[in-house]
Amino acid sequence: MELDPVILSRIQFAFVISFHIIFPAFTIGLAAWLATIEGARLVTGNALYRRVFDFWLKVFAVSFGMGVVTGIVMAFQFGTNWGVLAVKSGAIQGPLLGYEGLTAFLLEATFFGVMLLGRQRVSPRFYFFACCMVSLGTMFSSFWILANNSWMQVPLGHTVVDGKFVPSDWMQIVLGPVQMVRWPHMLLAAFLTSAMCVAATGAWYLLRKVHRDEGRVMLHWGLGLVALLIPVQLYIGHLTGLYVLKHQPAKFAAIEARWKNEQPASEVLIAWPDEANERNLFAITVPKLGSMIASGNWNSAEVGLESFPREDRPPVLIPFFGFRIMVGMGLIMLAVSWFGNWLRWRGQLEGKRWFLWGTFLSFPTGFIAVLTGWYTAEVGRQPWVIYGLLRTKDAVTPSLTTGDVMFSLSGYVLVYAVVYSFGLYYIYKLLRDGPAGLADAIPGATAKRPMAFAGSSDSATGTGRPP
Amino acid sequence: MNGPPPSDLALFWAGVIALAIMVYVILDGFDLGVGILFGTASDDAQRATMMDTIAPFWDGNETWLVIVGAGLFATFPAVYAVFMGAFYIPVLLLLFGLIFRGVAFEFRGRSQGMRWLWDWGFFLGSVVVAFVQGAAVGAMMRGIAVHDGQFAGSSFDWLHPFALLTGIGLIFGYALLGAGWIVVKSDGAMRDWAYARISWLAGIVFVIIALAFVVVLGVDAGAVGQGKLGERPWGWAFPLLGVLALAAAVAGARLRRDLLPFACTVLFFLCAFMTLGVMFWPYMVPYALTVGSAAAPDVSLQFLFYGGVVVLPVIALYTVGVYWVFRGKVRGGYG
Repeated sequence: MELDPVILSRIQFAFVISFHIIFPAFTIGLAAWLATIEGARLVTGNALYRRVFDFWLKVFAVSFGMGVVTGIVMAFQFGTNWGVLAVKSGAIQGPLLGYEGLTAFLLEATFFGVMLLGRQRVSPRFYFFACCMVSLGTMFSSFWILANNSWMQVPLGHTVVDGKFVPSDWMQIVLGPVQMVRWPHMLLAAFLTSAMCVAATGAWYLLRKVHRDEGRVMLHWGLGLVALLIPVQLYIGHLTGLYVLKHQPAKFAAIEARWKNEQPASEVLIAWPDEANERNLFAITVPKLGSMIASGNWNSAEVGLESFPREDRPPVLIPFFGFRIMVGMGLIMLAVSWFGNWLRWRGQLEGKRWFLWGTFLSFPTGFIAVLTGWYTAEVGRQPWVIYGLLRTKDAVTPSLTTGDVMFSLSGYVLVYAVVYSFGLYYIYKLLRDGPAGLADAIPGATAKRPMAFAGSSDSATGTGRPP
Repeated sequence: MNGPPPSDLALFWAGVIALAIMVYVILDGFDLGVGILFGTASDDAQRATMMDTIAPFWDGNETWLVIVGAGLFATFPAVYAVFMGAFYIPVLLLLFGLIFRGVAFEFRGRSQGMRWLWDWGFFLGSVVVAFVQGAAVGAMMRGIAVHDGQFAGSSFDWLHPFALLTGIGLIFGYALLGAGWIVVKSDGAMRDWAYARISWLAGIVFVIIALAFVVVLGVDAGAVGQGKLGERPWGWAFPLLGVLALAAAVAGARLRRDLLPFACTVLFFLCAFMTLGVMFWPYMVPYALTVGSAAAPDVSLQFLFYGGVVVLPVIALYTVGVYWVFRGKVRGGYG
């Protein structure tokens, strides 16, 4: 592989977006979780829920802050490295991403502040309302991101004027059929990610025999939510696969590592795709299952990669493994949550330390699934940046040199290494220390400055009370 | 060549972006300036007070930069693409500087052993951000090479001696704004410290402007002379007023009127901004892309309009609200 501005820009985009998406995925889920547990507290009056809420609120604030910091970088990537894309599709992608920014800012300027700082100043009902609005706001934020990406996957509702894509039907662009499947898929992924983290944190406390009451609430709610949501997610995920089959058959063939057209088509469960020789090594296949998965009958014809000219084919390795890892993570969540709830029903949940360990170690399953799912979608879309309309290699900023992108990419790696290790360290510290008494006021904290919540007792500016 | 005339919606969005840049420069300008001065403070208590004067504001101030970036992509994608290409390295340094500043701000209070690192990060981050912004303005004044709607130069075109001068100028300009802000928000020894710096910071800013003027007239007339200031003699009112505002800032410091130096420096920045406006209009990318030729189609501008007219006033109100809640002098931190 020769290093040119295109491949380096792709690596850079993959790098910065991967380190960004982790936080929005986590915060969308946490916002929904906070609204849920606050609602439960409002109904039951259980003070334990309040302690759980206050604890996760701090984690939420810091994650939100990390999401904002890494998100600022994203606002500039399209222009710095993908200048041709920005000019050609700016009339469509610009307003969609603009709406995402407006949604996030509106949120910060309104209910987010109430949620972080207004507990004492508003009524419990209004506080709960603010929590719901923050949760809705994070969901709407993701709506615009998914609308933008869905348009890149399956472009609809546009005309081409002077080589530029001009919107002709915003309804189709914003609420197209693909978006209506992929947005719920992402929302559920975010909910599952956070629910697994909540359950894992609870399991961690029970294993360490600290914060037992709070840990139990987290474990029960987390496992319960995952158990309910995962079957829905598997179904929506299947619908997502159907859109790929219909609109992006080459991506579908790559995910299946299906090189030849087949009737009936077999399903490759696992293999090592050998791209150079267009075959699978060490393949374990099930006859006819491929037809069943794609078309719902045992005898349908399914297209292989041979049906597409080489220059229109996506790489196979990443979509193939990305998809399988994502599904594998989903199956782990299914197993952990359903078995955990069965243990709970039998009254054996806390006695089974090996299960608590398993739950604790499952905390990254959601993150891994989100990342590998996105890799499948994005790499599978190649060689197009806008499917069928604009090739990735034609979208890069023409003035960029290999040296420029080498420099920026190494810079991002370096800066993110520092920022990330400290950000994650503070989140880890928050999680390890667990729920404490009521949080102290943080000097000068506002809704625009959520990172201030990383420390509870000491001042951000060094002038506060000693811990 | 002035391109097609801009539509009303294009004018509206160009106005929004110009306003957002102006608000950004003044708001983030003073907290960047405090960060620059932070590096020159000697004792820890003083540094802590300086941090306190900007603690509730700095993060929100950067909101306006993102509005500029995202707004450009949405409403003037051609401008967005050319700027990000032409200023690839400065934008990168800007982002790194902002990230380091932000992280340093939140983390310095929590680590004793590493505090020196965060202090340096906060100071250097502020200096780098100020420098690349100033250098970008200088490079814009010299004009940006555009071919076929894309930046047509190389990644170091911006690094011209004239741009170095404007970059250094903005470091001192922001420091002046920061000193004025510290005077507004503090009293006692801290305020005296800031007062003492206003006169010579204003002096350096004046010298750099004079130098830049000489460079333009003497050496670099070809590039910078493409600007429209020559055809618009009335536009010279702005730089003249700007210099008067600079002098008034010094006078305010001598008279020890706490609000005057900051207010006059803000006026100075407004004048500088208006000067650039007179120089560039109708170009958005000088001297290649006009507002009319770079705007997204009206159907896109209209679509975003509905969101913009709802959300932007809310953000503005929120900004005013935060400044109101944290008004007055800092005394022993906000608690």
